[in-house]
Amino acid sequence: MILRILKNDIGGKVFLLVLLTTLIAVPVLNQLPAEHTFHISIYTVTLLGKYLTYALLAVAVDLVWGYLGILSLGHAAFFALGGYAMGMYLMRQIGERGVYGHPELPDFMVFLDWQELPWFWSGFDNFGFAMLMVLVVPGLLAFVFGWFAFRSRVTGVYLSIITQALTYALMLAFFRNEMGFGGNNGLTDFKDILGFSLQADSTRLALFVASGVALALGYLSCRALVKSRLGKVAVAIRDAEDRTRFIGYKVEYVKLAIFTFSAMLAGLAGALYVPQVCIINPGEFQPLNSIEVVVWVAMGGRATLYGAVIGALGVNYAKTWFTAAFPEIWLFALGGLFVVVTLLMPRGIAGLFSRKKGGES
Amino acid sequence: MLIRSLIILLLLMTTSAQAAKVETGNDAYNPIFEALYTGSFTEKEQALKDLMQTDIEDKKKFLNGIVNKTLMVHKKSKKVVWVEKQGSKFKMTDAFSGEDLGLDKKRKVKKFAINNKMRSQVSALISTMDLDSDDAEKRLAAINSMLANPAPEYAGFLKQRLDKESNNKVKQAMQLGIALADLGHEDTEVRLAAIDNVADSLAPAVRSALANMAENDTDKQVREAAQKVVLEQEEQVRFFGYIETLFFGLSLGSVLVLAAIGLAITFGVMGVINMAHGELIMLGAYTTYLMQQAMPDSVGLALVLSIPAAFIVSGVVGIGIERSVIRFLYGRPLETLLATFGISLILQQMVRTVISPQNVPVSNPEWMSGFIQINSVLSITYNRMYIILFCLAVFALLFFILKKTRLGLEVRAVSQNRAMARAMGIRSSRVDAMTFGLGSGIAGVAGVALSQLTNVGPNLGQAYIVDSFMVVVFGGVGNLWGTLIGGMSLGVVNKFMEPWTGAVLAKILVLVFIILFIQKRPRGLFPQKGRAAEG
Repeated sequence: MILRILKNDIGGKVFLLVLLTTLIAVPVLNQLPAEHTFHISIYTVTLLGKYLTYALLAVAVDLVWGYLGILSLGHAAFFALGGYAMGMYLMRQIGERGVYGHPELPDFMVFLDWQELPWFWSGFDNFGFAMLMVLVVPGLLAFVFGWFAFRSRVTGVYLSIITQALTYALMLAFFRNEMGFGGNNGLTDFKDILGFSLQADSTRLALFVASGVALALGYLSCRALVKSRLGKVAVAIRDAEDRTRFIGYKVEYVKLAIFTFSAMLAGLAGALYVPQVCIINPGEFQPLNSIEVVVWVAMGGRATLYGAVIGALGVNYAKTWFTAAFPEIWLFALGGLFVVVTLLMPRGIAGLFSRKKGGES
Repeated sequence: MLIRSLIILLLLMTTSAQAAKVETGNDAYNPIFEALYTGSFTEKEQALKDLMQTDIEDKKKFLNGIVNKTLMVHKKSKKVVWVEKQGSKFKMTDAFSGEDLGLDKKRKVKKFAINNKMRSQVSALISTMDLDSDDAEKRLAAINSMLANPAPEYAGFLKQRLDKESNNKVKQAMQLGIALADLGHEDTEVRLAAIDNVADSLAPAVRSALANMAENDTDKQVREAAQKVVLEQEEQVRFFGYIETLFFGLSLGSVLVLAAIGLAITFGVMGVINMAHGELIMLGAYTTYLMQQAMPDSVGLALVLSIPAAFIVSGVVGIGIERSVIRFLYGRPLETLLATFGISLILQQMVRTVISPQNVPVSNPEWMSGFIQINSVLSITYNRMYIILFCLAVFALLFFILKKTRLGLEVRAVSQNRAMARAMGIRSSRVDAMTFGLGSGIAGVAGVALSQLTNVGPNLGQAYIVDSFMVVVFGGVGNLWGTLIGGMSLGVVNKFMEPWTGAVLAKILVLVFIILFIQKRPRGLFPQKGRAAEG
């Protein structure tokens, strides 16, 4: 079945093979003694794990941008919402070990002198429920938002700008202490997940592998979706929305379905991101974050899916390197990247590949 | 030296054994300062009044000293001392004998604790002394301060001086003060007359006095009269409250319009999504900063000169962006969005690297600060008023350029039908560059205005970019009037919601409202009609 999905997708096969090798090799190399040349420190493992969640987010953005033509400048909002859902679960796991030692309330609520848990926090002590919310909350928001936006045929730039307004509004909202999500500081100080300490190396390895598996599954499901009839209609909508509508397809529903699915993927990526970086705060809703994701996709190559992964990993590696070596230059480099990619490399890195091999499209 | 200090110490110990809490060297003063030092607040208030009856020469200095915490009590010697900070210690001088008491640590002296009520009492007491000043302004300030903290004995003070007063304004204030004092008169008729006299004044003291009478006056007739006036005044206060909110809303709206109006040209007329618009505003604000640095002695002139300078700086940068990037991306709006976003990052970082990552100080010229007092409950600050006027002026100028000049004609021609315009001999690429330069330059001018209102820093632009797009989209793309009315109404709605929801939530609600509004009317408040709408 996997092979059927990957038929004619050479880039995808290569990518999955590399991902699989990494997922096996990294834990093994991590076991090597620290002085060994090929030893991979646990810091690097977590860093890679973080990149993999970014890659999943990029795949989600590529699905809607590359195949549906919706440039979402608000996908980081879905990512952050998934992250917050996970963060709330992790927060409840702290239990009495918080600074104030309150058995029920997280520290920041004790600090704000709240007497009981708000209703929307109930159930988050259950891992299953929290994971459900990781998918449901971003999905629901995307559904409601898309329901209004697509039915009234808001398209193109207008849609991009209101997605940006959406994430901006959410950022302002989450900064408020009264919202009950920790305000400015967000959620942090997590202790353990499913009973395993978040500081333990084994947990970090497990999270890394989980991120990789999620990325692989996310990629496969997106690829399957794109190859399905739904995906074909999506591409038709991207290229000629009105014509598709006149042929008789319910354009709104196709858009709504794919947009919601993509938001859920982004939420999943956020949920895997939070336990690895151990913090989630309203800064994740910044409009800049969403736009950065778009540039990963543009850099890697739109409408290839694996290009999104390449872009996410490449740009983030560069970011880590630059911010350590030349912190002042990073924004110049990122800004330059935006300009250069849009002007000179409209098909991204993946585009360079396929042209060399004679091209697939 | 050592022996001397030992003796002093011994002396101090013996005096403290006598249980006097404060030692002023004058038996008449001792109880007053004792009360001020350790008494209850009621006792302290009485003590302040008593202080005024004493023969201390410079009462004003003492009163000020208590408020400013330069008059303290040395704990050990119990002496009332003037203190002056010297490093981490206080240099002490005896307040009465003028004797130098040397240095001591901060925690060895204790201030006279006072509360807000006492603070206003002190300023009222000080003002009674100012009543005889030669300066009319000072006299007026003195009376106003007495009004804020009325007491029956002021009526006497004021009546004595009313006839001698030559300044009209001061006279009016005095009459009000007398009427206010008369509200407490024993005679019912006098009180009724006083109520009539103060009915037109909305001063807080008058209102609280009337409210008190409406409840507690012994005479029914007086109570009813007071109640009637109180109701009328509440109505007026509410009305002026609305006017004030409206004014705040219009000034916020002007800021939004200023930020968005350049975008109304680049986005509205040309259809270019310029995410670097906020940074062009920021460049304008930084131009103001640099102009002020260049001529530190004339802040006002620098500000005025900044307007053309910022227009040129941002305009030139805008033309540079258009020529180097945007012109290759016409017809590909999403790519334009990404590329200009990249430019915005570069501009931000450039400012951080070249000038400073921190906010820079931009000063306001004197004629910008201050306010016009319309009445006791409504005052209009100059900076808000100027921003509204400035916004309207910029709008009018832009409107004139677009409707009445050759450039405007060409801009409209190109935006309506590029091919036809070119056929008529308009060099469309030059018009593109000029239009973009115009929009960018206006953004720079907006930056000059914003530099007077908010912090000028590298993130200035980012704070306004989402708002500006919202205003343009809300007002209707390609329509300058839409931008003006859209921005103003968003500002007013925002300010009217703030009392109920708080500033942040009001902003969120406005954003949500616009998102929903766009669903309903995707082309904004004033959609373009006819052929231009289809392009």
